[in-house]
Amino acid sequence: MRNMTCLECPMGCQLSIDEQTLEVTGNNCPKGEAFARAEITNPVRILTTTAVIESETESMLPVRTKDPIPKGSMDAAMKAIKNVRVKAPVEVGDIIVEDLVGTGVPLIATKRVLK
Amino acid sequence: MYDLIVIGGGPAGLAAAHAAWEKGVRKILILERDRELGGILNQCIHNGFGVKTFGEALSGPEYAARFEELVEKTGIEVKTDTMVLDVDPDRNVYAVNPTDGYVTYSAKAVVLAMGCRERTRGAISIPGSRPAGVFSAGTAQRYMNIDGFMVGKRVVILGSGDIGLIMARRLTLEGAKVLACVEIMPVSSGLRANIARCLEDFGIPLLLSHTVTEIRGDRRVTGVTVQEVDDKMAPIPGTEQYFDCDTLLLSVGLLPENELTKKAGIDLDPRTRGAYVFENRETETEGIFACGNVLHVHDLVDYVSEEAKFAGEAAAEYIANGERPRESFSVTTSGGVTYTVPQKIRKDSGMKLINVYLRVNRKVKKGDIVIASPEKEIARYHKQNLAPGEMITVGLPSVLLPADGGSDTLNVSLEVTEA
Repeated sequence: MRNMTCLECPMGCQLSIDEQTLEVTGNNCPKGEAFARAEITNPVRILTTTAVIESETESMLPVRTKDPIPKGSMDAAMKAIKNVRVKAPVEVGDIIVEDLVGTGVPLIATKRVLK
Repeated sequence: MYDLIVIGGGPAGLAAAHAAWEKGVRKILILERDRELGGILNQCIHNGFGVKTFGEALSGPEYAARFEELVEKTGIEVKTDTMVLDVDPDRNVYAVNPTDGYVTYSAKAVVLAMGCRERTRGAISIPGSRPAGVFSAGTAQRYMNIDGFMVGKRVVILGSGDIGLIMARRLTLEGAKVLACVEIMPVSSGLRANIARCLEDFGIPLLLSHTVTEIRGDRRVTGVTVQEVDDKMAPIPGTEQYFDCDTLLLSVGLLPENELTKKAGIDLDPRTRGAYVFENRETETEGIFACGNVLHVHDLVDYVSEEAKFAGEAAAEYIANGERPRESFSVTTSGGVTYTVPQKIRKDSGMKLINVYLRVNRKVKKGDIVIASPEKEIARYHKQNLAPGEMITVGLPSVLLPADGGSDTLNVSLEVTEA
């Protein structure tokens, strides 16, 4: 048995999963079941951080991975994003890095910076 | 003369102004003191916003952008860089900005949406010297996420509110060592999910029933002493631990920013530190409404938007039809319920369902929220996993309100069924 807090939404359900049968309890929705299974095989998280932007108004551009990436890729991803230089203008959702450190997941802008 | 002036262009102000526009109000002005709309969401770059409102987990700037786009499509007037200095009970708003200078605006209705600010070191009286390196968590968040400055290398966080938890992860990702998150209460006020993904994911210890009892350092923080506290929150001698650190972040609570509210002569509820409001979020001063964190500190922006929409619609109704009769029930609390919003429910609210927000004072596995008049119980709601950090919403159908002639109070209490 492994216990964990579900991170799919702010409710924070207390989940338990049987590591042999993969049976999940404590969830209030199907997302919790999928979360608990992923958590014992390949835990993933959305990474949110900032990248340097050349702009008249902003110093930093908030960015995030479009989808969750493996927890083990976090450090490499942070190092890669440190070398990124973005130029304004940028729209919300613009792709900043196509494939972040081989995860297959793009890094996207989360703020509009016009100039 | 405006129909509606909204003070504050954060999530509450944006949602209130947009909701009023949707209800047909046309002369609306938003006053924002920062250079851009969005409020504190601009520095909250982490995701998790909007799960209830949009069904997806957005970052703060993305969530703000959704509402900014809605407002842009309307004829709502926005003045940024504009500081409101005073509001009076006749709904005159006095403000300054670099282009217009000192100006007075008047409106038929005003929505107060100024948000909240952080408690500081002074508010919790930590002994020790006064070196650089002591930041409120939100200040550190702004330095890092907006300005791009790192605030420290070895960090202790006092308080386990959500901003402190979020900053523990943010600092760790940026290469700092977060030594501990220290919480004076036996339970964290942060969301369970944040404790898991911000502390447990990175192996950061959460020291419950502990506090910082000394800050050391001359020019810069060189360390802090942490002690365990007893059940009266007094430090226990002999439990001192010294942390060698250069930075102390304080995440010790938020206070609604109500200076303008007080100037308008509006009474504040000492429990919420926001205005007393009716079920439509109107304050005791006619035509002045309040919503969002200036009214009571919410844990999710989704609830702020929900409440603000509601206040904006109520302001629109007031502008169109005038004040509803004020005869109302006063809402009292007992048995572990620390506050409710609203604190007053009109007998003739014109609403089918009255949303009551409330908080409890302890962690409870299962419990019932009971609403009762002095004569009898009128509603009971089964709830699970209650905690001080998680706001509870109950919907009270107005048909259940006691008929005329009875008492004028309603009490909201917690009955624990499983501790």
